[in-house]
Amino acid sequence: MRVFWVLLRRELASYFFSLTGYVIIAAITFLTGESFLQLINALNNDPDPWTMPVTQMFFNTPYFWMIVLLSAPVITMRLFALEKASGTFETLMTAPVSELEVVAAKFAAAFLFYVIMWLPLLACLFIVVHFTSQAGALDLGTVGGMYLGIFLAGGFFLSFGCLASALSRSQMVAAMVSLAFGVSQFALAWWARNIPVSDDWQSQLWSCLNLFDQMNDLARGAVDTRALIFYLSATFLFLFLTLRVLESRRWK
Amino acid sequence: MIEVSNLTKRYAGRTAVDDISFTVARGEVVGLLGPNGAGKSTTMRILSGFLPATSGTVRVGGFDVFYEADETRRRIGYMPENNPLHPEMRVREYLKFRARLKGLGWRRSRERVSVVMEQCGLADVGRRVIGQLSKGYRQRVGLADALVHDPELIILDEPTIGLDPHQIRAVRALIKNLGGKHTVLISTHILPEVEMMCGRVLIMFNGRVLASDTPDNLQRRMAGGSQIIAEIAAPIEALNAAWETLPEVEQFDVSAADGEFFRCALTPRDGLDLRPQIAALACQHGWGLRELTRSRHSLEDIYVQVTKPRTEEQE
Repeated sequence: MRVFWVLLRRELASYFFSLTGYVIIAAITFLTGESFLQLINALNNDPDPWTMPVTQMFFNTPYFWMIVLLSAPVITMRLFALEKASGTFETLMTAPVSELEVVAAKFAAAFLFYVIMWLPLLACLFIVVHFTSQAGALDLGTVGGMYLGIFLAGGFFLSFGCLASALSRSQMVAAMVSLAFGVSQFALAWWARNIPVSDDWQSQLWSCLNLFDQMNDLARGAVDTRALIFYLSATFLFLFLTLRVLESRRWK
Repeated sequence: MIEVSNLTKRYAGRTAVDDISFTVARGEVVGLLGPNGAGKSTTMRILSGFLPATSGTVRVGGFDVFYEADETRRRIGYMPENNPLHPEMRVREYLKFRARLKGLGWRRSRERVSVVMEQCGLADVGRRVIGQLSKGYRQRVGLADALVHDPELIILDEPTIGLDPHQIRAVRALIKNLGGKHTVLISTHILPEVEMMCGRVLIMFNGRVLASDTPDNLQRRMAGGSQIIAEIAAPIEALNAAWETLPEVEQFDVSAADGEFFRCALTPRDGLDLRPQIAALACQHGWGLRELTRSRHSLEDIYVQVTKPRTEEQE
């Protein structure tokens, strides 16, 4: 367990040792700001403003998905690929550490960074509350639901990013693979949304991939266990595969 | 300390290490010598537990490096080829991170980091960023990392590669001091280095261990092939006749040098030292003698001799 904390600290700190971390946070803050601007515009033009919670509107701005899809590859690409390319992977794996600790620490560091990255959004929401002077504009449930959604989607894409990074020696390849995965997931979600809902198993399966409606539900404060289980299990699946990739060194 | 028995490592379609066995006793400094691609690095990676062996067993301090990896890794300080480091970290910070990763407690890691920084001459650069250090300093950081958890066995893969002569000296002195207290295994393809630092040499070639002995013994074993060079001013017929009659001379070769001198290359039987006889002979006949040397085989000759026939075989 101590190894986990030591590694987690280093991994998280390494985002801030170089410019990468600051650049990512700056870019994301910019996109969040843009998103917020759009949201304010929409509120101003909406004749009936409070039919939809602010958080839900946030998910409907195109920037939100851009942030999630772009940030995950950039955050995760260096996790394993950089260590393999520079050779530090060898010094890491010859220290008395287990593969599980390494994967857990690296994913946790990426995830924590992702959490930090989303903090500026809170400020945007407080601005809304402050200037509309309506406490009801934001309630804890919807904000909590929104953040839950952001973290679930983040875990999903970040864990795939981990896998891509573990499979490759090159950061660029890792980033491209995980970006391709993200975009295709996004496209599938688009498609899944337009499939009429019925009771047969195919459409049930498709509904799992419908990221948009899942996010909308969460932003309304409705936590659907199906979405929760889908995201969590996919995240664990990708992390498990990452672990197997690292262990493959031992039976290759 | 190290027991390697019948170790084989095959990569897809290529055998990197071919059924080697050797042991290294506690406190020995052993040099693994061989040309590039001889299997030195692969052997070291297996010893350090980074790669699994295809077959055979490797035990370090009585523990199997594959099945009891945690135990062996605690006992091994390993510096891989090219000495990979995290360039964005500061020296002290990096060493502390490594010490903690290797299972040292908070206080103990602080102590040990200070000790190894002193030992490796890093005391002045503790706050410098590793990426901005010179190569010599970076190499020392790598060494400090290998030493930080006070391991029983230290494995260094080409520790002096790419350094300038001063830095090489510093690193060598450091390694030499480690012997006795630690067991050290070094790989290199630089011969004088081995002669200077190591108590024993393992010559590896094409994945096999071809010779294993102390540098002195290796030289003695090869002394049978040593030569005596004498430059003598005398008529060539007299010289030829003199060498013919000396029973200890197995082979000789006389060639003209400048002036009236002739250069005689003699191969004595059983590696005997013929120099006193030759000097006496020259005195007796009143010949001028201006050079008399016995060429001892350097490790380099031995190395070339051991590895050469196989190279030709391959071609």
